[in-house]
Amino acid sequence: MALTRDEVAEIAQLARLAMSDAELESLRGELAAILDHVAALGEVDTTGVEPMTHAVPTTLRLRADVRESSLPVEVALGDAPAERDGCFEVPAIIKAAT
Amino acid sequence: MSELAFAGVVELARRVRAREVSAREVTDAFLARIDEHDGAIGSYLVVDHDGARARADQLDLEVAAGKDPGPLAGVPIGVKDVIVTEGLTTTAGSRILDGWVPPYDATAVARLRAAGAVILGKLNCDEFAMGSSNERSAWKPCTNPWDTSRVPGGSSGGSAAAVAAGLAAATLGTDTGGSIRQPAAFCGVVGLKPTYGRVSRWGAIAFASSLDQIGPMARSVGDAARVLEVIAGVDRRDSTSIDQPAPQLEPSLAAGVSGLRVGLPKEFFEGAALDGEVAAAVRAAADALAAAGATLKDVSLPHTKYALPAYYVVAPAEAASNLARYDGVRYGHRAPARELGDMYAQSRAQGFGPEVKRRIMIGTYALRAGYYDAYYKKAQQVRALIKRDFDQALEEVDVLLAPVAPTPAFGLGEKATPIDMYLADVFTLSCNLAGIPGLALPVGNASSGLPIGAQLLGRALDEATLVRAGAVIEAAFGTRRPPGPWGAP
Repeated sequence: MALTRDEVAEIAQLARLAMSDAELESLRGELAAILDHVAALGEVDTTGVEPMTHAVPTTLRLRADVRESSLPVEVALGDAPAERDGCFEVPAIIKAAT
Repeated sequence: MSELAFAGVVELARRVRAREVSAREVTDAFLARIDEHDGAIGSYLVVDHDGARARADQLDLEVAAGKDPGPLAGVPIGVKDVIVTEGLTTTAGSRILDGWVPPYDATAVARLRAAGAVILGKLNCDEFAMGSSNERSAWKPCTNPWDTSRVPGGSSGGSAAAVAAGLAAATLGTDTGGSIRQPAAFCGVVGLKPTYGRVSRWGAIAFASSLDQIGPMARSVGDAARVLEVIAGVDRRDSTSIDQPAPQLEPSLAAGVSGLRVGLPKEFFEGAALDGEVAAAVRAAADALAAAGATLKDVSLPHTKYALPAYYVVAPAEAASNLARYDGVRYGHRAPARELGDMYAQSRAQGFGPEVKRRIMIGTYALRAGYYDAYYKKAQQVRALIKRDFDQALEEVDVLLAPVAPTPAFGLGEKATPIDMYLADVFTLSCNLAGIPGLALPVGNASSGLPIGAQLLGRALDEATLVRAGAVIEAAFGTRRPPGPWGAP
């Protein structure tokens, strides 16, 4: 299966991974080889087969809807790369108008 | 000193409870061995000398006061670095979590501590458990204690190597596609991948949520069973954990296999990929079961060849989703950037290694709008057929016996392409896809001296039968101790 450089770049963008041209090029070949392998799934007739999600049929358990304690703010912020006023601090989300 | 290191979990707990040895003496013996030998092996990323000693002293006070610390009293245990430990650096073998100190314990770790275990440190692994050789660790390679030019297997390579070299009495690993069983086989130790949902995943850094499972690695079947008894059981923090009591496995150790029906899945023995010495060793294990009263039967798992393609859709898709959380905002590595989107893309580019990026890319491809049915849903349907194969086979027989890996441990740097590396897991993936339990254990050594492993695969929640058959195989083949200074008596 052939992939174009632009397709690989689009996937990298969706995956939020900055990539050099060299990385895009090597991934183009590697992804194609893996997808070729995966294409064997097409040989299997799965008509009417329910997709599997758990080894043991289970229903989702819900906890009681009561308030519980969670990590204190200072602990949650303990490994934050940047914080301010008890919040995680990040760079600008919206480009400043020029 | 080496006598304590190879005494095993059950025996060490017995001696500490009986006050024949102190928890501190046991812990010091293991710490001294780590300091002496782990430079050559590389199984630990972090050793918690102070924490382990303090915990051991506390346990000795409990014993002196007449209290029973529990079934793992004073047993030194190492934990794979993808499992979080309160106050102890946890990186999942990745630069993106460089220096991260978790504020909580994984449920499995909390249960170990509550049962009297001493946590020695964090064990080397492939980055985010993605690999089959431990060569994808961002920090350092781990070598095989049987031959340091070879890999210990992966992704729980450090967990297997530490047990083999007597640098931990037992360890926790995780198994998403064979990551407990394959390194156990490569290092000549026992590795037990429980039924999916048997052990809480709370605090296991997520790779592929529908496949991941924590399990024990140890020197003997009885030791692994003891650890599983402690860590298993429902946990309200993991909604996929199964609401069943933890299994009582000890009675199965001496139950024997008289009348047990053992299946040999023919698809695992066909084809040129399987090394002749591995095939012969697994057949010898089957003969040992037959000699002890089991009946052997050839069975078929027709969808086996689709396990690899199904896995390489399901696991990367779930990984791409799970690893979206590493964005440089709340913890871990952050790249300097002027805008948020740039910060995400640069932080992830700098923090993740090549194999992790590859899998995120595959998963993102498969989950793109319009591709879901063709990839993820299709793979989950093939998964259902793989499970149906096992269900049908396990009606005819009680347990399956198969090779763990096509060959003994391969050399560092030997697997050149991603696909070559993925093929090292070709016999272990279907167990995870079906969610059933698997027990890997040593069944001999190749002419090169390297250990060979076999795996027992059983019905969901039937770890007891694996332990039953495993104990009989172990009685025939013994436990293993590597050459080299770490294996010396």
